[in-house]
Amino acid sequence: MARRVAVIGAGMTRFVRRAKETSRELAFGASRMALDSCGLSLNDIDCVVHGTAPDAFDGFHMKGEYLSDGSGAFRKPYLRCYVGGGTGVFAPIQGWMHVASGLFDTCLVVCEEKMSSCQPHPQGAFNSIFDHTTERPLGPNLLWIFALEMNRYMNAYGISQRDIAGVSVKNKKNALDHPAAQVAKETTVEEVLASEVLAWPVHRLMVSPVSDGAAAVILAGEEKARRLTDRPVWIQGVGWDLDTSYWTNRDLAYPQYVENAARRAYRMAGVREPRKEIHLAEPYDPFAYKELHHLEGLLLSEKGKAPEDLARGRFDREKGELPTCPSGGLMGVGNPIAAAGLMKICELFWQLRGEAGKRQVPGKPERGLAQAWGDLMQVGTVVVMGIK
Amino acid sequence: MTEVAQNVKWIGENWKKEEVLHGKVFTFSDRPQARYAWDTGEAIGRYLAGFKQGKILGVRCRGCQRIMVPPRIFCELCFRDISEWVTLKETGRIRTFSVCYVTWDMKRIRKPQIPAVIEIDGASEGMGILHLVEAPRGDKPWERLRAGTRVQAVWKPKGLRRGAVTDIRFWRVLTGNANAGH
Repeated sequence: MARRVAVIGAGMTRFVRRAKETSRELAFGASRMALDSCGLSLNDIDCVVHGTAPDAFDGFHMKGEYLSDGSGAFRKPYLRCYVGGGTGVFAPIQGWMHVASGLFDTCLVVCEEKMSSCQPHPQGAFNSIFDHTTERPLGPNLLWIFALEMNRYMNAYGISQRDIAGVSVKNKKNALDHPAAQVAKETTVEEVLASEVLAWPVHRLMVSPVSDGAAAVILAGEEKARRLTDRPVWIQGVGWDLDTSYWTNRDLAYPQYVENAARRAYRMAGVREPRKEIHLAEPYDPFAYKELHHLEGLLLSEKGKAPEDLARGRFDREKGELPTCPSGGLMGVGNPIAAAGLMKICELFWQLRGEAGKRQVPGKPERGLAQAWGDLMQVGTVVVMGIK
Repeated sequence: MTEVAQNVKWIGENWKKEEVLHGKVFTFSDRPQARYAWDTGEAIGRYLAGFKQGKILGVRCRGCQRIMVPPRIFCELCFRDISEWVTLKETGRIRTFSVCYVTWDMKRIRKPQIPAVIEIDGASEGMGILHLVEAPRGDKPWERLRAGTRVQAVWKPKGLRRGAVTDIRFWRVLTGNANAGH
């Protein structure tokens, strides 16, 4: 039987388009803030897990090693993990395993991304995710796969771009209250739909930005956690799942792998009725439609019905029955890939401790969920956290 | 303390555009010296040899009975060898598509590209490949295409084919079928 593991501290940097700090300085900033938040020093940390996406962003092979100083990893067991965009929620799962196994009492989990170094555009690093022989000769770019998936999702359930644009409005607005946000903004569905068509059906304001930033959390085993804080936030369930990389051979309308990951996490957390027992969620929202697509995969909305739930305010932070992306998400806070996922774990930690300030979800939420997604549109990573 | 961020000195300061343009940021540029020559392997090698002859080849798995494209020499689900090759049709249906106005480095392109997942006739349901559809005339190409629209491969002339997925120039909408869809 695995030991119980809690998050006892969290920290992050601002998310910005081009940071003055280096990747390593950003990693240090988030790690130091997380340690300070629970009054620990690096000596109190038994092991370190680092999450970061393609080496190509930094142009530095062995990025785990590159970022190890800012991650406080020297003379400690150190693991770098990577599942594309899913990394930010995968890294705390790796940290959970380290502590739940009984091998370590404390773990620093830090995720960092500095995309701006990659010139002329960090999308260049993404081009190499496509198959070199069957896809790359066609000249693909990252927007293609999102646009193809969004169109399939719309087509399968009769959803319009208007139905989806509300996600951008909600998340950019929520982010106005986040002190680290990059693209917070008061906007309207009309403005989103009037923004430039980049790759139909994707408009500019339906896409998260290029970002630099880092985030970190401190994990501790039950006994240690109770000694260090009177408000631990427990990791109640974790799940992850990978679908086939033959992405043109499967139905993009529904993320089955997200459902599989969520079911694992719910089972471990003892959640039988997710829609009643999950009080707030941070689904992965690199594009506006992805939040809705993922809420369905997470079994928090019926298939094809998340847009209706959005329209009737179910996901609103102040009055909604299930506030989603109260942080402002990737669409509002920003998207330094791996750090963006871990930012969602930080948000759950702050929300569940009642420390989210102006972003605080009302009604003393007791349980939340964070999810990320990545690789070639095929991996789902899910963490359920709660105060009990 | 109600908000954790109150006592924090935030790290992560954005460079202002002027600072970057006026050289106040010291930067060092480099380009990785790495070029690649990828072997096509057994399955894709044979697939591309088919392209050179103007044929789209798939494979059938004896376990799950799926007829698959792109072809593979092992079934990733049954995890067993595959040895049966099938010649598929050069027609199919658009499963999903996009109309893309930007390149990877965000340069605007006037004549959009239309990437699509095309389900190939003769393969199992849902078996598609990524390829390009010929742009229909008019301002809003997305109004002229549907999921389900039937398309046909337009091959390069035989002498110009070199055993690459680009031996198919693009897929052209079959007339009379433009509105076939869901």
